[in-house]
Amino acid sequence: MNSIATLLALSCIFLLGSSRLLMSIRMVAFQGLLLGILPLAAAGDGHLSLALIFLSLASIALKSILLPWLLNKAMVDSGTRREIEPFISFGASMLLGLFLLAVSGWIVDKLQATEPVPSPVTLIAGFYLVFSGLLLLITRRKALTQTLGFLVLENGVFTAGLSLGSEFSVMVELGILLDVFVGIFLMGIMLFHIDREFDHLDADRFNELSDLEIAASPDEEVAE
Amino acid sequence: MNTAWALIILPAVTGLCSLFIDSERLRKNLLVVVAFLHLYMSLQLCNGSAGELDGVWLGVDHLTRIFLTLTSLLFTGSAVYSMIYLDKHPHADGADLAGWQFLRNRNAIFVACMQLFLAAMSLAILSMHFGLQWIGIEATTLASTPLIYYHRNRRSLEAAWKYMIICSVGIALALMGVFFLAKTTTQHVQLFTPAGLVLFAGYLKLGWLKVAFIFFLVGYGTKMGLAPMHTWLPDAHSEAPSPVSAMLSGALLNCAFLGILRIYQVCVAIPATAAFASELLIIAGLVSMGFSGIFIMRQPDYKRMLAYSSVEHMGILATGIGLGGSAIAGALLHAICHSLIKAPMFLLAGNILSAFNTKKVEKVSGLLKSMPFTGMLWLAGFLAITGTPPFGTFISEFSILKAALQTRSWTTAGLYLLFLLIVFIGMLTIVMQMTLGRRPDDHADEHHHHTPAAKDHEQKHEKHHKHDAASAVSGSVIDENLLQLLTPVVFLSLALILGFYLPEYVRQAVNGGALLLGGAIL
Repeated sequence: MNSIATLLALSCIFLLGSSRLLMSIRMVAFQGLLLGILPLAAAGDGHLSLALIFLSLASIALKSILLPWLLNKAMVDSGTRREIEPFISFGASMLLGLFLLAVSGWIVDKLQATEPVPSPVTLIAGFYLVFSGLLLLITRRKALTQTLGFLVLENGVFTAGLSLGSEFSVMVELGILLDVFVGIFLMGIMLFHIDREFDHLDADRFNELSDLEIAASPDEEVAE
Repeated sequence: MNTAWALIILPAVTGLCSLFIDSERLRKNLLVVVAFLHLYMSLQLCNGSAGELDGVWLGVDHLTRIFLTLTSLLFTGSAVYSMIYLDKHPHADGADLAGWQFLRNRNAIFVACMQLFLAAMSLAILSMHFGLQWIGIEATTLASTPLIYYHRNRRSLEAAWKYMIICSVGIALALMGVFFLAKTTTQHVQLFTPAGLVLFAGYLKLGWLKVAFIFFLVGYGTKMGLAPMHTWLPDAHSEAPSPVSAMLSGALLNCAFLGILRIYQVCVAIPATAAFASELLIIAGLVSMGFSGIFIMRQPDYKRMLAYSSVEHMGILATGIGLGGSAIAGALLHAICHSLIKAPMFLLAGNILSAFNTKKVEKVSGLLKSMPFTGMLWLAGFLAITGTPPFGTFISEFSILKAALQTRSWTTAGLYLLFLLIVFIGMLTIVMQMTLGRRPDDHADEHHHHTPAAKDHEQKHEKHHKHDAASAVSGSVIDENLLQLLTPVVFLSLALILGFYLPEYVRQAVNGGALLLGGAIL
């Protein structure tokens, strides 16, 4: 379990430093695969149930096959290949990533002082994934990378949940998985629409809405 | 119990079905029929002799009663309004995704997503299990994103994207909170519901509970529109079609609020965490009120003004809950009044928007003359939403203030009053500009004639204009549709009645809810 958590954290550092979108999508798909294996590793050999295996397979199918395929299609259709000029350079965000890793370790250390954690390394990885997801969401310009950031964050939440050993019934777990899947699917559909409307995927150039003035061309104004 | 499941499954099934219905009329009628059926069933469930259902998954307690009835009522109002609204819009769009025929028709998507939205909100409100509730609240985001993107232009796309990303991130953090909350439990706890956790409050691990509360507050607070996580709210509310804005503000924010209330219910059972949670809620509430005060001043867009007013009222709710005592009952009453007033305000904003074709405050004036009924209701709605005496909001806002003074939290009371005043002044200037003054076409002359002597000339000019009033915005009275006024009139009257007299049903639910949250009765 610890080795899987370490791999998750490493994939995150890689993700923070890569500028090629295809590589990033593959890295997130790899994370999905690791996340699918994680509950099996957590359960150990003796406790494998049919429901658990089914959940793992569903998670792998959605997170490491279906969603990456959709995002890849969005990327190819829009013709963007690279993340250009993030708000923080790739080197700096890798360094920041290492700092966040230290922060995650510190937080888990603090938490452990009050209550013992079953598997601290996995919890650190979970926090780290959440932080890196937020970092990707904030510092990258492309809407596609933001979607990836959200996926990483979501993976982090699942990792943290697993490390805490919080188990719900299969129906609830499936519901959560379905919600996340539909959410990313909707984001994928919106990526196509953004590409068609704006001819680019740069979320930082979304500036039609603001509090200060309503800058709209007349044809946009007629909304009702 | 079956009624509870039916409330969720019925709109979900009919929603999916209406994607495949070709007839425009049948689809719209289905929407209204489902709305009334849902209202009837939820009243049955809440009144019902079934008593307190506290199941493992779904349950009905006083908090559920308040929010379920409210959501169902608002949905019925919005559905009736949508009948006219959809008539004004084209039925089909151009090419869309993957060649799926039904995705071309945005009205079909609108009707379908409205019902799915209702199903998701019913799930979020009825579910007692924390995990199931999370699923419901996340599902509301998914169902409402296509609704915000209804107009299919850049502005609505941007609003929908922001809504989707910000709320999804927030709710993902809330899921983290759910995991932490599960960690607080020991072997003693059998039910992962508020009531189940309260029962074994002594066995809960406090450290994890505090962490869980922070995640819940940040996560569901994003969805509820608490500052500084509110940034999606003005965009989404101003770009969405008016019946959707009414649902977002009146019903959806309440669902997220209920999410926070559920964990507060657990926190308040333990003195150590009760103080911690209350303090955080008061801070979040006051910050939200302050933010909305800043942004409502000189707000150029009247739908955004209403959105910021929602941020303010969510702040009031959080402050009220945090203050405890009788302020909790006040806050619950305030949630009811806010929904009953904000929804008609958004619907009226829709009337104004379709008549004037602009959301800019400066281009709308003389509402009382050009749209007498809408203008009058708009003015009444403004008085109601700012808590002016005859309306229910006055009683609720006053009882929160009273509780703040009784507990001697002077700073809270002072800031609360200050922010209420700022918002009042900000909204007053905007609403006065819109309702009073001359009709828009007279403004062109204003630059030249300012003397009283010129007025006579102007009036003549106006009379002349009336004859060629072909354009909708010019001098003559604009047509007002009865159905589009019906919902606002009914809801505003209800809010007015609540100011004079609390029906037994409402009183019981509010007081019962307050007791659940560790407060005193009103």
